[in-house]
Amino acid sequence: MSAVTHTDPAEHGAHPPLPHVRKVAMWAFLGSECLFFGTLISTFLLYRNRTGDGPTAAEIFDIPFTSISSFILLMSSLTMVLAHYASERKDWRRMRVWLLATALLGMTFLAGQVFEFTEFVHEGLTVTTSPFGSAFFVMTSFHGAHVAVGVILLLATAFMSFGGKLRADGGMNVELVALYWHFVDIVWIVIFTVVYLLQV
Amino acid sequence: MSESTHRPNPRPRDYWMIAVVLGVITAAEVAVTYLDALDAVVAPLLIAMAMAKFWLVVAFFMHLRFEAPIYRNLFLIGVIATPILFGVVLFTFGVLIG
Repeated sequence: MSAVTHTDPAEHGAHPPLPHVRKVAMWAFLGSECLFFGTLISTFLLYRNRTGDGPTAAEIFDIPFTSISSFILLMSSLTMVLAHYASERKDWRRMRVWLLATALLGMTFLAGQVFEFTEFVHEGLTVTTSPFGSAFFVMTSFHGAHVAVGVILLLATAFMSFGGKLRADGGMNVELVALYWHFVDIVWIVIFTVVYLLQV
Repeated sequence: MSESTHRPNPRPRDYWMIAVVLGVITAAEVAVTYLDALDAVVAPLLIAMAMAKFWLVVAFFMHLRFEAPIYRNLFLIGVIATPILFGVVLFTFGVLIG
């Protein structure tokens, strides 16, 4: 069985370059994550009308607020791709700025989510109120946890760049973090539409 | 992107343009939910706009449009399997079990 590894195209002459093993692993991981979030979203769709005595989606969702949160997360994908672009050009200072901007936008999104959850609890929707509440909080919390992991990865990558560790791998670490971050963004694109906009 | 295809990779100006388009689509999504006249078509419209945003991020920000087929295929397996999973779960629990 041939090993999947990163190779320099120049070493292979006419042969196409082999894929990078870490990048293959990341894409396979992201493909599996689609199914993970797909399960959570389909569970939410099953239970969206089972609100019991608790509030319904239409009563509780604040679409303007969630729209701003969604816009912030979308813009964090822009800053992330600009960080990746800078890393490819070995412009480490600019890359650091964009990475930190992405982390800041991610933390803003998380702060918005904490605020939203707090409001929902005050209005009577908790994880134990109804099947709708359970499905909603489990799904959005898992997404929030992914954003939190992404923020940690972004900050760690920015700090690693000070030690010169990113230079050795040709920016691959930044590319992998970028793929993860964009994935978190596309999951929210689906959640925003299916869970919020289509339920009000 | 050393393993990319022959398509020219986007530049920062392209990324800014895509971000503007994403912002406009998001604003349109919110507007559509408030327009009573579009009630009959709001669901397909929202799904179409979400798919457009999804594709823009995956194709350009994640560079999948410019990547080697192995990466694209790995991700597509998940993307294609997810709606099938949706269908199976919703049908099984929603229709068969109730």
